[in-house]
Amino acid sequence: MPPAVLRFRNTSKVYPVARQTVAALADVTVAVARGEFVALVGRSGCGKTTFLNLAGAMDLPSSGEVQIDGVSTGSLDDAQMTQIRRERVGFVFQFFRLFPTLSAVENVELPLQLGGLPNPRSRAFDLLDLVGLAGMGGRMPHQLSGGQMQRVAIARALGPSPPLLLADEPTGNLDSETASKIVGLFRKLNAELGTSIVMATHSMENADQAGRVIALSDGRVVSDQATGPGKPRG
Amino acid sequence: MSLERIITNGHLLYRLILRPMAQEPVRTGVTALCVSIGVAVVVAIELAGQASAGSFRSSMESLQGTSSYEISQVGGLPDEVFSELSRLREPLRFAPRVEGYASELESGERFPLFGVDLVGDLALHSEIQDGPPDLSELSQARLVWVSEALRQEPGGSIRLAIGDTVEEFKVAGILRDSSGEPDSAQRVALMDIALAQRAMGREGHLDRIYVEIPEAGDRDWESLIREHLPPGAHLDAVGVRSRESQKLLTSFRWNLRVLSYIALIVGAFLVYNTVSVSVVRRRPLVGVARALGMSRGMVRAGFLAEGLLFGIQGTALGIVFGKAMAIAAVQLIGQTVQALYVSSAPSEIVVRPWTMVAALSAGVGVSVASAWWPAAEAASVAPTDAMSSGRADVMIRDTRGPWALRGLACAAVSVCLCFLPAWNRVPYAAYGSALGLIASATMLIPQLSVASVRLVSRPLLRVLGVASMLGARSLAASLARTAVIVAALSTATAMMASVAIMVGSMRETLLVWIDSQLQADLYVQPERRLGESDLPTMAESTAETIESLRGVDAVDRYRRYAISYGGLPATLALADFRVLRDRSEMRMIEGGPWPEIVDRLVSTQSVIVSETFSSKHGVHVGADVTLPIGDGAEDFEVVGVYPDYSAESGYILGDRGVLIRYLPDTRLTGCGVYLVPGADAEATRAEVVGALAGKALLVARNRELRENATAVFDRTFAITYALEGVAVFVAILGMAGALVTLVIDRRSELGVFRALGASRGQVRSLVLTQAGLLGVMSNLIGLALGCALSVLLVKVINKQSFGWTIQFHWPVAFLLAAIGVIFAASLAAGVYPALVASSSDPSRVLREA
Repeated sequence: MPPAVLRFRNTSKVYPVARQTVAALADVTVAVARGEFVALVGRSGCGKTTFLNLAGAMDLPSSGEVQIDGVSTGSLDDAQMTQIRRERVGFVFQFFRLFPTLSAVENVELPLQLGGLPNPRSRAFDLLDLVGLAGMGGRMPHQLSGGQMQRVAIARALGPSPPLLLADEPTGNLDSETASKIVGLFRKLNAELGTSIVMATHSMENADQAGRVIALSDGRVVSDQATGPGKPRG
Repeated sequence: MSLERIITNGHLLYRLILRPMAQEPVRTGVTALCVSIGVAVVVAIELAGQASAGSFRSSMESLQGTSSYEISQVGGLPDEVFSELSRLREPLRFAPRVEGYASELESGERFPLFGVDLVGDLALHSEIQDGPPDLSELSQARLVWVSEALRQEPGGSIRLAIGDTVEEFKVAGILRDSSGEPDSAQRVALMDIALAQRAMGREGHLDRIYVEIPEAGDRDWESLIREHLPPGAHLDAVGVRSRESQKLLTSFRWNLRVLSYIALIVGAFLVYNTVSVSVVRRRPLVGVARALGMSRGMVRAGFLAEGLLFGIQGTALGIVFGKAMAIAAVQLIGQTVQALYVSSAPSEIVVRPWTMVAALSAGVGVSVASAWWPAAEAASVAPTDAMSSGRADVMIRDTRGPWALRGLACAAVSVCLCFLPAWNRVPYAAYGSALGLIASATMLIPQLSVASVRLVSRPLLRVLGVASMLGARSLAASLARTAVIVAALSTATAMMASVAIMVGSMRETLLVWIDSQLQADLYVQPERRLGESDLPTMAESTAETIESLRGVDAVDRYRRYAISYGGLPATLALADFRVLRDRSEMRMIEGGPWPEIVDRLVSTQSVIVSETFSSKHGVHVGADVTLPIGDGAEDFEVVGVYPDYSAESGYILGDRGVLIRYLPDTRLTGCGVYLVPGADAEATRAEVVGALAGKALLVARNRELRENATAVFDRTFAITYALEGVAVFVAILGMAGALVTLVIDRRSELGVFRALGASRGQVRSLVLTQAGLLGVMSNLIGLALGCALSVLLVKVINKQSFGWTIQFHWPVAFLLAAIGVIFAASLAAGVYPALVASSSDPSRVLREA
């Protein structure tokens, strides 16, 4: 088994709701290996987004442990969490969440500039080429289609070459044909770059494109099975 | 519409518009606070203006009882006039009066002093709190009655400086307060007329005779009285002088009033901003409500109701704040009124019902008017458009070109307006022009904002990093909010800059004028003056004493009389032009060379007039002015017009040698002392002081008078800076509120920024960059607008209101300091929003957004 890029060990997350607490994740133990493409499935409110927030150093667990690329987040301060997000994790959101005031290439450039990486502009153009948007770097978000915006978001997430890419319903706002192309792009990136991907999705069709499917229900892992193409590489 | 329908609509409005207001207490509170400060300033200036202007009337007229007419004469009425009138066998009552000012030596307080006929006018006895005076004492004791505010005990003694003498009097009693105002702070003293004449050096002369006529009947008393008056005496209805003073104050009060409305305009921008933000945020909800059947009218009414509520809350608070602020403002305004207009002490501040109505109209009216545009915009949007996010900003971005064109057109109209003349001495067209310039700048702001952000975003990226660049871009994309905030702050900055330039120019002009005016080496005059209409005198023998001293070359004797000309107060001044001819040279605006003018003045019936007099009465070189002296109408030719900045009423200046034929009183208002070349000024001054020992006279070098005049000037304009400071404060407060709103509205972007690896510090710098950029843009636009407004203020409004020609002067240091302070305040306004932005949890923000 290759070393894990993400590890949840007896991890729980509770939120206070109207003087009570609600468990968004309960005692989850999961490991994602380097180069693995995992689909996270389950109904709305099952804990997928909470899982991704913990996996992306956006939040801390209430109990248990989360390790990202070998670093346990429990003892990290805000600056160290920021550093993890900057270097080791890439995010892709359902609603693309591009900065409307920045062009496509400037959006991709942003995390590179935050990380202080050299030649951000040329790398941003390379990444746009990689996701199939060559020549479209100068366009503003409102000049792009939904699928194109999501490709820009994926390129942006890949900017700092993170070992882990987290995608929260990346196809939820796209038609089925475009959605299928986006998942195809994830598979390509997983295969060519070796980036581990955790993709939350409602669609079993998309989930089946991953190498492993973890199903959540009421914050618990109810099934975890390897499927086809995106299995971990040795 | 049925009652049931109205109630249902009311419920809907409450749920969709008013309940969200209550759920955002900070935003609602800040907006209401801004409106309240604007209303408070307007209320304070109105109340303080009333108090400062009203006090002159109350102190001088409260003792005149039910008189209908007053008789007066420039230089004083001979006693015989009163004797003759008293002998008339008619049911008329005549009350002689001598008027002046006295200073209490211990406290230094100066107040009006009246000489009244306590023996013949028994009605006056009711003015005395502790009963009628003992008339047998009047001829022996030096008795004075004082108002309660002077804090004297009956039976005690009081030392008063009157004119150039200091004398001790016995406090015979306390005067009843007849101002009719609660807790009156009126300071006034009264003594028997014979004693007052001696004390003021006015033996044989009266300043005024009040006439009381029978209420019944329709006899022409006016003609009857006139028949018994000597040539030169005037019969006027009582209160004419006060009305003239009030008329003179009109422009001054209008200017203050307009300045006070600036804070309210800034408040209006903020109401506009808040309601605009409400519209943008609730656009999807409005879309749903419209889709469910809500009419356009109801949507509009809902957002107008929001503006109305801001107005009501702000006005209620504003009236309370306003009265408190008026107490501070009345001192500042009172000083200006005294320095430039009439000698009076501020009276009490009284909130009258119409003040409340005016405040309510201003606060509520401005708030509802400000909400009108965003409310109409919300009502005009189709349900499908309203439900699509991000449309509002796109719409504003798309319309900035047309708005810029409207702005340019508005600027052109404004420029045309400033060429129109004043109406009734109030420059309404010029005020309209100023308002138009502010409006045109506001319309240009979206275009300018985007252009400036484009200009700076790349340098910002290089110098301050990606967070600052993103902040700049985000600012340009939030035009719905930022443009209005820039408009508010730039308006406040512009007003501050324009007033600073105007005041700086006036100050510089004044200093140059003082230098040309104060050419004598020493000046001698009665020690204290309360203000422009307080003209204490000194004996001419004082000038003779000074003339006899070693080191003194010549003495210019001058005298000033308060007169009425063309229904307005003016000052008739007499100077010794034979002395001035070779020793000083006055700068003239109109008229021939100085020696020629002096020759005309000393040898013919001619005068020179000040620029303010010239512009008020349309009098220029070659015209005749008819002075109310001699037989009551003596014509003098105007041979010159000179600049003068000492009083707004204006001067008519003639040679003492010529005018003394009509005004035989030889007492002086002061004298200028010219030293022989090489004489030691300080030693001569000491000699003069020694020679005048025991007299209440001030002997000053010209440098000291110059410093004193500058200090008076600075005090006078303190109120304008205070008003502009308040406007800037309101704008900064509004900016903090708008930045918080911006942070809330852009929270998902900030969440993504954090998710991509931005630190809390970078989020803070993003918001602080926005605050700083708002400050810089407002400063630059405000400064440009301020320069345009300053030209309008100096060249048009000031000239039309007061008649002064001012030389332009740029107070660079002050402007730089003001800009620095406003920029620092802008950054400070960004600190709280920056903390709010950086402390938010990105995962939560992304979940909620």
